[in-house]
Amino acid sequence: MDFFIQQIASGLTSGAIYACVALGLVMIYVSTDHINFAQGEMAMFATYLAWAMINAGVPYWVAFGLTIAVAFFGGLLIQRVILKPLEHAPVLALVVCFIALLSIFNAIAGMIWSYTIKQFPSPFPSHDLFGNGLVSVQQLGVVGVTLVMLGFLTVFFRFTTLGLAMRAAAQNPASARLMGVRVAWMLALGWGLAAAIGAIAGMLVAPIVFLDPNMMNGILVYGFASALVGGIGNPLGAVAGGFIVGVLENLVGSYVIGNELKLSFALVVVVGVLLLKPAGLFGRVIVRRV
Amino acid sequence: MSASWANKRGVGAGAMLVWVGLALLPLIGFISENTSFDYYMYMGQSMLIYAIAVLGLNLLIGFNGQISLGHSAFFALGAYTTAILMNFGGWPYWATLPVAAVVCFLAGLAFGFPALKLEGHYLALATFTLAIAMPQLLKYKAIAGWTGGVGGVLLEKPDPPEWTGLSADQFLYYLCLFCAMILFWLVFNLLRGRSGRAIMAIRDHTMAAGTMGIDIARYKTVAFGTSAGITGIAGALSAITVAYVAPDSFTLQLSISFLVGLVVGGIASLPGCLIGGAFIVLVQNSAQSISDWMKGTFALRYDVPAWAIYGVLLLALMYVLPDGIAGGFARIRAWWTTRGRREAQ
Repeated sequence: MDFFIQQIASGLTSGAIYACVALGLVMIYVSTDHINFAQGEMAMFATYLAWAMINAGVPYWVAFGLTIAVAFFGGLLIQRVILKPLEHAPVLALVVCFIALLSIFNAIAGMIWSYTIKQFPSPFPSHDLFGNGLVSVQQLGVVGVTLVMLGFLTVFFRFTTLGLAMRAAAQNPASARLMGVRVAWMLALGWGLAAAIGAIAGMLVAPIVFLDPNMMNGILVYGFASALVGGIGNPLGAVAGGFIVGVLENLVGSYVIGNELKLSFALVVVVGVLLLKPAGLFGRVIVRRV
Repeated sequence: MSASWANKRGVGAGAMLVWVGLALLPLIGFISENTSFDYYMYMGQSMLIYAIAVLGLNLLIGFNGQISLGHSAFFALGAYTTAILMNFGGWPYWATLPVAAVVCFLAGLAFGFPALKLEGHYLALATFTLAIAMPQLLKYKAIAGWTGGVGGVLLEKPDPPEWTGLSADQFLYYLCLFCAMILFWLVFNLLRGRSGRAIMAIRDHTMAAGTMGIDIARYKTVAFGTSAGITGIAGALSAITVAYVAPDSFTLQLSISFLVGLVVGGIASLPGCLIGGAFIVLVQNSAQSISDWMKGTFALRYDVPAWAIYGVLLLALMYVLPDGIAGGFARIRAWWTTRGRREAQ
């Protein structure tokens, strides 16, 4: 039973991280209909920036905040400079573009910080919460940070004018433009938010898996799976999907197929959801007009 | 994306010239004193193998409009089929090629069925996941007896027949060239015929193609299978020429390099596949010297890795030359042949 509870706890922890990655993907998907293959590498790069700052003597939480800010403006810039000219390009051009960003970030991180794995500090102590070896403070912290971020996003989208403008731009760009919303900038803002959320995911996961340029590869796949399970256009669904996938992955990994095939489990989830329930658990079914 | 070449009868003189030129290359080895000639032959083999893999991918992406980022998985499947047959079955290398093609064709068909329901981004996503999961699958303990697990399988390079008088690398070059010629010829004929028109019609307007009576499901799955089969042959050839397979050589990066070859050579262009294959190997081999040159010229502190070069190139091409090098040539030729008419106006 103890083992089972431990698995659930660690599943919820990884689930929180998948939820962050999935949220970043959803941010970009709702505003532009694109699936950002570079989401993981952007997060990885931001995490390296945080690592460099912490190594230079900046206190953890200051580095945390600064990294989020840098990632936000980085995301904004990528959308404005690189993706804006390809607005009406075919899907293939966009996929190629995302793959290009993925290789550039990966290569530059490897070039500056090398491919040796690095330890990333955690702000949370790793000792037990109740002293019975079931749930650690670290795990609780990761879940807590995710929930705080989710609360912040909910407030932002529900109760601020900017959040409303972003939702309007995503739902009906033409009408939003007529109402005076600067739609192009809203898309850029969506990218900025996605990059910032990704940076948080990277900084949360780095203490667990260690920092290296390929650390987000597998996690991005789980992020995809989470976003799809929750319905890729739905932020709350993405978070729920993250927790579902995290727990399932841990249980399936430790009881059924073993840890070596965990990534294949993600593959099965992705293909399975796309085939059986493309709208996910909480998504809307898209009806296309012919 | 016009296909005017598809209306020509037979293979053009230009294509003949290219193949004859490629076939004559190894003969330089008999007169050249260059001691690293065998290495150049090895590079030639890699170029041809990449060209075949890009051909497979182009059939799917360029001509059928289905985006795959998972072709490294089919390449791996082909390589492992050959390795296992040679290592455990004691098969001669040439006999494993058709088996690898069939195995990959069936795997492609199997993946093509779910792919039917997926479009654009979603298909890219599913195949991306396949590419990421593949190395882990190959390392799986239960099949490690066959695949060699993390360590992979070591093979023996085949010896050339005595009577040819060729060195091992010259011989393998001819093997790759032979396979490439057959496959390019097959794909060329496939695309010129009724099936080819159906495949391209699905790319251009799926719904209209369906209304015209084209069986979309059948053509899409068969295109996926054929594409995977061709890439699988490339994988099998790579296992034979490198004489070694290991799970970590079949990562997402391999898929990305196919994509680079495809985009650089030219989407929906057959000559583009050869250009793309050569390009991938050239960049990989000269990454160090490009990096040194950039360090010197731009006073950089760091080495510039090949992947950064690939990435920047992909981005740049999407802006300036979306139809690749072959497309650029075609545009120059169109501009050149119509110059008289333009002046007359």
